[in-house]
Amino acid sequence: MTGATRVVAALSGGVDSAVAAARLVDAGHEVTGVHLALAEKRYAGGGRGCCTLEDVHDARRAADMLGIPFYVWDFAERFRETVLDDFLEEYRQGRTPNPCVSCNQHIKFAAVLERAQALGFDAVGTGHYARLVDGDHGVELHRGVDPGKDQSYVLGVLDAQQLAASLFPLGDSRKAHVREEAAQRGLLVAEKPDSHDICFIPDGDTRGFLRDRIGGVQGPIVDVESGAQLGTHPGAVGFTVGQRRGLHLKQPAADGRPRYIVDVDLGSNTVFVGPPTRLRVRGFTVDRLRWTGAPVDTESLLIQIRAHADPVPGLLDHDRVELRGELSGVAAGQLAVFYRGTQVVGSGRISAVTS
Amino acid sequence: MHYLDHAATTPLRPEALVAMQQQWRQVGNPSSLHSAGRQARRVVEESREQIAALVGAKPADIIFTSGGTEADNLAVKGIARSSAKRRVLVSAVEHHAVLDPAQALVDEGYEVQSIPVDQFGVVDVIALEEMLDDDVALVAVMWANNEVGTIEPIDDVAELCRRRGVPLHCDAVQMLSEPELDVARIPSVALSAHKVGGPVGVGALVLDRDLSVRPLMHGGGQERDVRSGTVDAAGIAGFAAALSAPEPDVRTLRDELIAGVQQAVPEAILNGDPDHRLANNAHFSFPGCPGDALLMLLDAAGIAVSTGSACTAGIPQPSHVLIAMGADESVARSSVRFSLGWDSAPEDVAAVCRALPSAVERARRAGGLR
Repeated sequence: MTGATRVVAALSGGVDSAVAAARLVDAGHEVTGVHLALAEKRYAGGGRGCCTLEDVHDARRAADMLGIPFYVWDFAERFRETVLDDFLEEYRQGRTPNPCVSCNQHIKFAAVLERAQALGFDAVGTGHYARLVDGDHGVELHRGVDPGKDQSYVLGVLDAQQLAASLFPLGDSRKAHVREEAAQRGLLVAEKPDSHDICFIPDGDTRGFLRDRIGGVQGPIVDVESGAQLGTHPGAVGFTVGQRRGLHLKQPAADGRPRYIVDVDLGSNTVFVGPPTRLRVRGFTVDRLRWTGAPVDTESLLIQIRAHADPVPGLLDHDRVELRGELSGVAAGQLAVFYRGTQVVGSGRISAVTS
Repeated sequence: MHYLDHAATTPLRPEALVAMQQQWRQVGNPSSLHSAGRQARRVVEESREQIAALVGAKPADIIFTSGGTEADNLAVKGIARSSAKRRVLVSAVEHHAVLDPAQALVDEGYEVQSIPVDQFGVVDVIALEEMLDDDVALVAVMWANNEVGTIEPIDDVAELCRRRGVPLHCDAVQMLSEPELDVARIPSVALSAHKVGGPVGVGALVLDRDLSVRPLMHGGGQERDVRSGTVDAAGIAGFAAALSAPEPDVRTLRDELIAGVQQAVPEAILNGDPDHRLANNAHFSFPGCPGDALLMLLDAAGIAVSTGSACTAGIPQPSHVLIAMGADESVARSSVRFSLGWDSAPEDVAAVCRALPSAVERARRAGGLR
């Protein structure tokens, strides 16, 4: 957005959001730093992931150094009711959700933005690597210039109204440059490592997290071609099509090639494995369509199904996607983001896959 | 800036600054035997006598500590641990400096129970009487509540405890803002310098000589063999100087604040006892307004207030005090405390009344979104 004056800068405690806030200050905005408390079990300290005491401390120190006010906003309840409950429900339904996408859609650029606007702010600024460009038909969302960090995918669920009240000051920068800039500015988080895990699963054990909450009973791992049982799994929930690791299969495949999960049947509690050729996908259907601007009926676009995967060309025809390139390991529940060149035009949740 | 958060901490009084500067220029450990040590010791003892006289205690009763929290910890854990009895009764509205050490005693095998309060935060003395038995090692009831400002019926509690032979500890940290304080009838009282224009990091436990207490820290026993650590002569001199300075009566100003807030926001609810409350405290709930949003908006308008007691990481929590008083969570989350002090002026109250209506309106809009 242009001409914003009063901005909430979301400060996670990491280097990206700190530099983003610094640039917002430099740009002449009246900036207030806000750390979002999202964790249910609050601030036990020590752990990785977000919402540790250390992150609040780092966020507060960044705000101090920038000379901006700082507050913690508690969205833990809202986070649990939307992002966390949705995350569990999607897995219960056998889908593979992306909670960061859901957090952007429902928390950062919805609940937080609405609260900010009610309190007299004009926009929310974050450290996402994506660009907002003024186009002929309003603001356009584009990929960040750093291909290794581009985060336009996880913002693909935002609509025109949300984008119009957003600021992404890092979209034109490369990560290495952002770290250098943080060091030059004297921000103490310049060397802080990037976070990779799902913030509410700091130990990275997603399947364990799901088993604790959804439950699971042992079941067979079956070779989809021979029908032979190759092993057992501790509960099918949380296994995802395209996954290779974590199966603990004793016998190697006959052809010696790695085996992948090609299907998960929660009804019979069976995980099917097979060769990578079985993962090829010709197309899929989508629901929960969201558009960053004007809706698209039918258009040849680039399709991306993971945060850091290469996009492939495909034809979007209403709720169907026909792929023109090779794509494998597509699971229902994943977000498909549609690009026109570097521009995000919209997204949809993958509902069914055609092989 | 309009500072209305004296219950959190007060600006340092000039008298305290002068007293501390004088002592900081001197060398001398009050425990040393040479003339420099004697000089420092003299400052400590003169301060002790001054403070004792001002609060109605004997100088020998005063144990200097690093602040109110240490005084509360020393009393709660120290008295319970030196007793053969195993029950500890604490009021539901205590400061965390009392609640948390009491909770820590649970791990040591003590039974800790909460004394209920009424809708104004007043401790139920009849309930306390029923809770007392021969196994109670300690009762802790604060003199005045740090959040809602209610002054507790401490004479009744003290009389009851005295009759039943049970030690009473009283957190009187907020009472130093009152024009008068007389601790003579209470066996154990916690005080803090920075609530009265003195420095942070200095406090005292006023403890009857015949009440036995087990130390928390060992290493020299500088204070009556109960509290170890080099005595902070400068800080203690600042405490005495601040306490000796005349405390202006802010009651009239506070009443103007209450009237002004109620006029600016008619639906505002005054929490705490309307009559028996600290002269410097006005605590309100603003229905539908998240307290943290209101705090932020007032902060932006140059007005410093609090949503209750300061807490870990700055994350707003519903106040345990208001919950104990029977408020529901939404009311507990919609409260703001205004507290006045020695440097408060009518302009501070006027600024609040000016800023409040629009801040409340905005905060309420934000509150509807949760």
